[in-house]
Amino acid sequence: MTLLPWTIYLTLGGALLVLAAGARSAAAARWLALATALAGWGVTLGAAVRFAPAPGLQTLVDAAWIPELGVRYHLAADGISLTLLVLTGLAATAGVLFSWNVTERTGEYFALYLLLITGVYGVFLSADALLLFAFYELAIAPKYFLIAIWGSTRREYGAMKLVLYSFAGSALVLAGLLWARAASGAGFDLADLAAGPYTAAQQAGMFALVFLGFAVLAGLFPFHTWAPTGHVAAPTGASMLLAGVVMKLGAYGCLRVAMPLFPAGLAFWQSAIAWLAVAGILYAGAVALVQDDFKFVIGYSSVSHMGFVLLGLAAANAGAVGGAVLQMFSHGVIAGLLFAVVGRMVYDRTHTRRLRDLRTMPLHRLLPFAALTFVLAGLASMGLPGCSGFPAELLILVGAWKTSPVWALAAAAGVVLAAAFTLRAIQLAFFGRTGGGAAGAPPHPLPPITWPERAGALLLLGATLLIGLRPDLLLGWIGPSLQSPLFQAALKGGAP
Amino acid sequence: MNGFPWLSAIIFTPWLGAVLLAWGRPGATACRWVALLFSLSTLGLGLAALAVFQPGDPAYQLVERHAWMPALHVEYHLGVDGMSLLLVLLTGLVAPAALLASWRVERAPRLFGVLFLLLQGSALGVFLALNFFPWFIFWELSLVPAYFLIKLWGGPGAPAAAYQFVIYTIGGSAFLLAGFAAIYAATGTLDFPDLAAGGALAARLGHPWATVAFLGIFLGLAVKVPLFPFHTWLPPAYAEAPTGVTMFLTGVMSKMGVYGFFRLLWPLFPAPLHAAAGTLSWLALGGVVLGALAALAQADLKRMIAYGSVSHVSYCLLALFAVAAAGSRAVAPAPAVVAALNGAVLQMFNHGVTAAALFACVGVLEARAGGRRGRGDFGGVRAAAPVFAGLCGIAMFASLGLPGLNGFISEFLVLRGVFGLAPGFAAGACLGLLLTAVYLLNFYQRVFHGPPGPVARGCADLSRREFWVLAPAIAVMFVIGIYPQLVLGLINPLVTAWAGGGLLP
Repeated sequence: MTLLPWTIYLTLGGALLVLAAGARSAAAARWLALATALAGWGVTLGAAVRFAPAPGLQTLVDAAWIPELGVRYHLAADGISLTLLVLTGLAATAGVLFSWNVTERTGEYFALYLLLITGVYGVFLSADALLLFAFYELAIAPKYFLIAIWGSTRREYGAMKLVLYSFAGSALVLAGLLWARAASGAGFDLADLAAGPYTAAQQAGMFALVFLGFAVLAGLFPFHTWAPTGHVAAPTGASMLLAGVVMKLGAYGCLRVAMPLFPAGLAFWQSAIAWLAVAGILYAGAVALVQDDFKFVIGYSSVSHMGFVLLGLAAANAGAVGGAVLQMFSHGVIAGLLFAVVGRMVYDRTHTRRLRDLRTMPLHRLLPFAALTFVLAGLASMGLPGCSGFPAELLILVGAWKTSPVWALAAAAGVVLAAAFTLRAIQLAFFGRTGGGAAGAPPHPLPPITWPERAGALLLLGATLLIGLRPDLLLGWIGPSLQSPLFQAALKGGAP
Repeated sequence: MNGFPWLSAIIFTPWLGAVLLAWGRPGATACRWVALLFSLSTLGLGLAALAVFQPGDPAYQLVERHAWMPALHVEYHLGVDGMSLLLVLLTGLVAPAALLASWRVERAPRLFGVLFLLLQGSALGVFLALNFFPWFIFWELSLVPAYFLIKLWGGPGAPAAAYQFVIYTIGGSAFLLAGFAAIYAATGTLDFPDLAAGGALAARLGHPWATVAFLGIFLGLAVKVPLFPFHTWLPPAYAEAPTGVTMFLTGVMSKMGVYGFFRLLWPLFPAPLHAAAGTLSWLALGGVVLGALAALAQADLKRMIAYGSVSHVSYCLLALFAVAAAGSRAVAPAPAVVAALNGAVLQMFNHGVTAAALFACVGVLEARAGGRRGRGDFGGVRAAAPVFAGLCGIAMFASLGLPGLNGFISEFLVLRGVFGLAPGFAAGACLGLLLTAVYLLNFYQRVFHGPPGPVARGCADLSRREFWVLAPAIAVMFVIGIYPQLVLGLINPLVTAWAGGGLLP
């Protein structure tokens, strides 16, 4: 447990090393990046083995940082952060494996990549609101460069849109935090901020600012439009991180900061958030159903799946919020895998993402491994039982049902949409023209799937199956964390 | 041998076969034999389980119950009663025959075998799981191999048909899932026997959510069966799928839905089902009559048998709804109730055997006509292929309910029971019987009699492989038709317990 802060330090150190090594040798940069990602992941897994689930954050480091402002360097973790830390390590490792073919400015690419991961680890470990905010900003900045330099379709536009949305959200968060600090008079530590006291009207206002600001990054409808364009423009490794962990930062902020600090605000806005979440699930699902760009299908599917996370948070009972955290993990793994297949395995080989072009190539014969991986990942994404999405969505539906059955019923329709757009993508992209001969062949022979791709795919597939069959592994951490007094104030109670 | 996990062995042996096939990369012929062998394991293990099974005891037997996710009250809970054992045996009969009928699949025989064994294991899991979580895993998992089996090996319209099939079924399943989410939220358990034993589930859910949960589960099951008017996915899927897959779809997968009605909907929601059964009886009757009428209008033989399937499966539900509608034991005469339920469960088995055999027959015709299967494409086949004509004739007569063959027993029991409970519906269902006779005899006459058509000339009789696809099914038709006690002995104690127990509000 006490080693967890080393995820931040190791990754930051790795980023600097990679930058230095990259100037000489691209291969050295790659291997160093992989070693760094593995080291960070190893630390999280090591901590997970020795983790004793208990209510409340377990402090790891607590030192004064900017005493004048009441900002502390306070790192702490509970089961929820641990779940997301493990996810970050896993996604970072897989992302490096799927970035193995980056040849242009390799050192800088992996340095920025690891810098982003540093920020993500930091957010999940922060117990001070301003520290969390600082790490949050640290995670946003590298994204701009990753997309603008190494991206594809309309990359400057996608990068700019993503960053503007993110910063607009951040501004709201910062405003909300400053307001809360002024009203409470203590420091920025989450426990201090939670102590209040705030009037109900203040809470409604603060909650709106903080929650909305974070929720932009979680893809809350109708502020989600940055997500598909950003995902599509980003290079494969970056879109895996974007969908896999960066969107989780937003949801985590909502859960860690907005909800426990301003429970009355949550109660005030609960219904509105839930309806926006449901609208996002359905709207993004419907849009994904008619996309021609393969990556846009996955981009919108991410928005739809994150809608489940937000719905789980809005339902505000232990079961649904536990499901939401599980869904964060699950979606992080599955979306990463889907983007890996689309971006790395297919697009880098065929140089097209248009489904109407892909359907003329018998890809299931040319790239059987990619086809199999996408089918399995697609099934997991549809919420097939046995994969991690199923227990997560089930818990969210059950929890939503407890709060308001209408939400659960509307969201259940989203499950059907997910099946429809996933199957359509599978069908068009991989099984388009089954009898096709030379006429359907791509203009040039496709290179075979490489070992880093296989390794990354197997890692992520293994994770989704493991959690699908044993969701209690994670729920055993998440459940007790939600018993802490801070969360209990926001939640209506009930066993997960 | 009481400690042996018979049920796990039944479910997972086909999956083990799938893994071995996927891993081992044997040659094409070896693939077919390995798949067939593992498929046959169901029959062997099912018979072994039958040997240890106590038919007189209506409780679940050979129970395997292990903690799985204690925090969520999810258990790995398997158990078998007469009905599920019968369906396991049905799977053991139909699946190897279906694989044998697919022997000539040239394209990727290894993948075909893998998917087929996955499908078989999932279906068996549905029949044996007693906790919603594993049950739903098997229920949904069965769609995946079925989708690819239809899509990759089917006819020209297969991609669209497979897509429609999966979307319809997942659409239904989503409502089913929502229904169980509601149940779980209210009770905190997902165990079928616990939920049924707790009683008054509807009361615990409260108004109006009991109705919503009931409707959700109903919808999920009704699409799967399918119950009229949720059947529109079925004719294209059955018609486009390759013969062996259609045999499995109709023989086993349609039974998953009916089984769900008996295992889930009725025990969990006896009172709401009682309230709705009057309306639902009309839907079942609509399926019986309109399915037969639609079959009459089809020129494509596969579509004809497909609509006939809708009609025949509806008998099972008609019996259930009639019993549920009749309500309390005081009102419902016990012999009629017992007859209707016996008939319904037996009809599941009989339809599985008979419809699979009929689809196999159409497959035989298709193979000789180079893929054509219009009713008018044949004629005079009997002269060229007398053995085939004979076996197909037996399957046809079994399907239309000739005494001495299996279909008669179950349809007679259903009609006898329904007549005692709701005479009007029994009379209406008789109309379905009549229409069935018309379309099947018309089919037989146009294909096997009359002047030999282009196909009939030079048409070979059954090959040895084709003979063995049909022969076991034909034998079962005779055995059950002549000595139904063999199967009724298995289900009668169970059905009597239902009729006497708390299932009738």
